[in-house]
Amino acid sequence: MELKTESKLEKIFKSGHLAVTSECGPPRSSDPTHIIEKGRLIKNHVDAVNITDNQTSVTRICSLAACIHLKNEGIEPVLQMVTRDRNRIALQSDLLGAASFGINNVLCLSGDHQSFGDHRQAQNVFDLDSMQLLQTVRHMREEGKFLSGDEIKVPPRFYAGAAANPFGDPFMIRVPRLAKKIAAGAEFIQTQCIYNMDRFEKWMEEVRDRGLDGKVNIMAGITPMRSVGMAKYMKRAVPGMDVPDELIDRLAGVEKKQQAQEGINIAIEQIQRLKEVKGVAGFHVMAIEWEEKVPEIIESAGLYPRPEVD
Amino acid sequence: MEEIWEMVRQHKNVTVFGCNTCVAVCHQGGNKEAEILASLLRMKATREELEIQFVDSGIERQCEHEFFEKAEGLLQNSEAVLSLACGIGVQFVATKYPKTPVYPALNTTFLGDVIAPGVFTEKCQGCGDCVLGATGGVCPISRCAKRVLNGPCGGSANGKCEISREVDCAWQLIIDRLDAMGKMENYEKLSSLKDWSRDRAGGPRSFKLEDF
Ligand code: SF4
Ligand code: SF4
Repeated sequence: MELKTESKLEKIFKSGHLAVTSECGPPRSSDPTHIIEKGRLIKNHVDAVNITDNQTSVTRICSLAACIHLKNEGIEPVLQMVTRDRNRIALQSDLLGAASFGINNVLCLSGDHQSFGDHRQAQNVFDLDSMQLLQTVRHMREEGKFLSGDEIKVPPRFYAGAAANPFGDPFMIRVPRLAKKIAAGAEFIQTQCIYNMDRFEKWMEEVRDRGLDGKVNIMAGITPMRSVGMAKYMKRAVPGMDVPDELIDRLAGVEKKQQAQEGINIAIEQIQRLKEVKGVAGFHVMAIEWEEKVPEIIESAGLYPRPEVD
Repeated sequence: MEEIWEMVRQHKNVTVFGCNTCVAVCHQGGNKEAEILASLLRMKATREELEIQFVDSGIERQCEHEFFEKAEGLLQNSEAVLSLACGIGVQFVATKYPKTPVYPALNTTFLGDVIAPGVFTEKCQGCGDCVLGATGGVCPISRCAKRVLNGPCGGSANGKCEISREVDCAWQLIIDRLDAMGKMENYEKLSSLKDWSRDRAGGPRSFKLEDF
């Protein structure tokens, strides 16, 4: 097994297992207790945990610091990095800092526009975009150089990931865009939350037709619905989210008290169905502020216990 | 209006000075607008019982010396100037009359075009390193909310930008153009990292014609 990095995620993929990751949002205060507790809840059920980077442009504990807290708990962190708030100097500097703490994975994103967050008056940066950040991470690792061309004595060796949305617009570039991210250096992909299963399978078919599943590890994004209200909200208000009416009807068909459980059942069924889809290399379970349910989903979907790779 | 009032109320004699080219086209800062603004200010002064003389005037362009000739006397004798030009004109007047307070009457918003009478859209940020050749003639620097060079971002929906359903997604426009031109293969070419040193990031810029 030829490994390019120290990443546990890379080892999982390369030893042929389905990987399981989850995601946590850091708190809006300088008290880290919350993120440490969330990490402990899911620690044994996932291979790695993403820490979001000021998600929806709301100011929080920085992703890097939160990753270090997880690392201290023995959890493999995935540093999310958005290009919204930092220029190439700050981004490369944070990559060096993260590597110095033994953080091995980075997920490269552009980030939501600041008009969604708590500082609408902020200046944004967007010196690089998500693909250029991927290129940067790979350039530092492979060439051992900064973007400036200067040598890095001990280059950071990150396993590089990106997001993909099989449902976004324009439809025509859904697969070419994935190809482009792979060309930019993506080694793993976490997809947007999947609800429209047929459309996702169609996308995977096109991905396979171009042989892209052999070049990148695609993790299917799973987010359990907590209520029919949440499903309707996601359909209506979240750009790039495809929530079919059948799913809304199914949630609406059960009693209000039962809806959360029904949402979990749906998530488990989805995972079971997607396990059979060729090219799906793992699952990214994003239970937004509902981390306590992650173990149940993973166990019931037959993804527990997690393999030992170290 | 309140913002302008706060700037000028301390004076006794203010020239409200229009600029009759770009800002006039936008119906914001022409000589006609200067006349209207001056009379609004006069009314305001009367209501507040302050004695301020507002003289309205204007020239074709507040960004070149020769146009100032005919207003020279007036400006020399003004206690303050309220300029209806863009930020450039305001700075030009301020440099030209070092001892005279010069106030902006407009918030200069962007460099745009006139897509229909009365409708203006930002089209260029003067980034100094034009990418239009690769993006189907649609500028992602000025028209994409995140300036992404390999777009669209995940927020593009139904041709609109994630920031608002009123705003076109620049990358949807780029892809539509590439498709119409039969150049979709260009989409998969990674765009090189942008050299922002030729943008504002490189410090104040200037441009000099050789042999002029
Ligand atoms: S790429 Fe730069 S120079 Fe070209 S139109 Fe856009 S902002 Fe203007
Ligand atoms: S939706 Fe389109 S225009 Fe808006 S930020 Fe994303 S790529 Fe740019």
